[in-house]
Amino acid sequence: MPLSIILSRALSALLTLFGVMVVVFVLVRVVPGDPISMMIAPGATDADIAALRAHYGLDLPIWQQFWVWFKQVLQGNLGTSISMKQGVITIIAQRLPATLELAIFALIMAVIWGGFIALVSTAWRGTWVERAIDNFNGIMLAVPDFIWALTFVLVLGVLVPVLPISGRSDPSIDAGLATQFYILEGLARAKFAFVWDVLKHMLLPACALAFPLAAVIGRVLKNTMMDVMVQDYITLARIKGLSSIRILLQEALRNAAVPALALTGVQFTFLIGGTVITERIFSYPGIGNLAIDAVINRDLPLIQGLVLTFGIIFIIVNMAVDALTVWLNPRLRHA
Amino acid sequence: MSPVIDIRNLSARSAVGPILRDVSLSVNAGEVMALVGESGAGKSTIAKAVLGILPAGIEVTGGNIFFEGTDLLALSPARLRDMLGVRIALIPQDPLTSLNPARRIGDQLTDGLRLRAGMNRKRAFDRAMSLLNDVHIREPERVLKRYPHELSGGMRQRVLIAQAFSLNPHVIIADEPTTALDVTVQKQVLRLIRDMQREHKTTLLFVTHDLGVVAQICDRMTVLYGGKVLEQGFTAQILKNPQSPYTRALLAASPRYDQPEQSLEPVPEALIAELQREISA
Repeated sequence: MPLSIILSRALSALLTLFGVMVVVFVLVRVVPGDPISMMIAPGATDADIAALRAHYGLDLPIWQQFWVWFKQVLQGNLGTSISMKQGVITIIAQRLPATLELAIFALIMAVIWGGFIALVSTAWRGTWVERAIDNFNGIMLAVPDFIWALTFVLVLGVLVPVLPISGRSDPSIDAGLATQFYILEGLARAKFAFVWDVLKHMLLPACALAFPLAAVIGRVLKNTMMDVMVQDYITLARIKGLSSIRILLQEALRNAAVPALALTGVQFTFLIGGTVITERIFSYPGIGNLAIDAVINRDLPLIQGLVLTFGIIFIIVNMAVDALTVWLNPRLRHA
Repeated sequence: MSPVIDIRNLSARSAVGPILRDVSLSVNAGEVMALVGESGAGKSTIAKAVLGILPAGIEVTGGNIFFEGTDLLALSPARLRDMLGVRIALIPQDPLTSLNPARRIGDQLTDGLRLRAGMNRKRAFDRAMSLLNDVHIREPERVLKRYPHELSGGMRQRVLIAQAFSLNPHVIIADEPTTALDVTVQKQVLRLIRDMQREHKTTLLFVTHDLGVVAQICDRMTVLYGGKVLEQGFTAQILKNPQSPYTRALLAASPRYDQPEQSLEPVPEALIAELQREISA
């Protein structure tokens, strides 16, 4: 890719981030609720409250507050959490790996499952298999992630308790890891029992997040596969005597994946948004769960830091999708 | 000598009505047979029936297609697939849509060599280079690394011709192989197909609506109208002395450089009405 395109992409990413900063900064200050009133002890005087307000810089006009925060962010400092009395970056760095591992695990499940149902219903198009998958997929598509989450908690956690429904790993296991990337580090250090336990904890929240995404991928990919399967080059591949499975995977899938990929990127950002409620339901210690705590506590620096983090993740996902699209579609490479 | 392709009393229909009516034709080894007719005459349907790729909704209602003594219509899809590519190949109509846009030329061209002839990648690519040489593509090693969109239409059709000949099939079906090309390129591609056919002694079933093309490369021709064979015989004889009034009208409708005034006569409507009555009888 030429340098000018990379530069313009980077510039537009920075502009997007700036927009996100402005919007979230203003929003958290105009919604009702006051962080100071959450922290004062009963019987505090007006002078105490004013002093506290001045301590956090909340007595300044809003544009000055923004300017102070903006300069901080540029220096790589997101401030101190009001409720947790720790640096916002430290807190997020502690929690982000849990969410990343969960979201990527869910994404992998959704891509495999969605791709599988798309391929199966393309291979058996026009038969009862396709209709059955379409109907099943409709249900998957209609139910949102948090309903799946609550259903899983009830059915697989309470009625038939087969899987853990809370936390990220069994607290009695001390794996002695240095990072919060439990799966990556656990695999690197060959602690497979621990990784297995973490995967079991991730399975239900990941399924809740993955099901709607899998349904979307399955539907879109199947539709584009159907379009591709009537192309001349597919007919010619058949006349070349290639096997059906090779035609499906080698000839059709890559061409059909391009439109499905763009949508998967958008939907994956929704999935990351979905971690907020899903992590809450499963008491999963990621940034989604943290975000809810931050909002309840009116922890303005933490909320701002979290939204900024989500913004950066969205931008990275979109860039990754762009890069993958170009890789899949050779016609875009020289454009 | 027994024919390589022997179509006997082939009939097919769609929901709308009959598409092929009792078509019989045979093609001898090493011969070029033209299937001539306007759109809807059924020439492409015959080609598709031989290749086993009739679209959904078109159904063969009778007849046989013998290929070297085997009835292709009676074969299981798996057995037919074993024959396709190796013994029967296709030069498609539209080179712009017949190559997979996401795969390199070399990978597509060597599919048959690797998967059907069992060559390893290195040998298949060596063979592909000499095939590209045969179809007069310069710098074949660079072309093999290209994607289809990086080649012109004529180049792509050459690649597809090389692919069709790659496993030395007994029969190649050419489905209007020059229709989608520029006029200047048409001539070169046509000559290339004829040269390749002579060199490999391949039997060629050539589907076209262009009598000029027929005159240039076909030994015999079959004229179709409305799914029915109107006339069949040696090209030179039919072009000189057409028996069917429809063939005469087709000839009159073909452009001629020497007599621009007289050419481009449309097929008379009275004749079309008569033909319609005849085939539906």
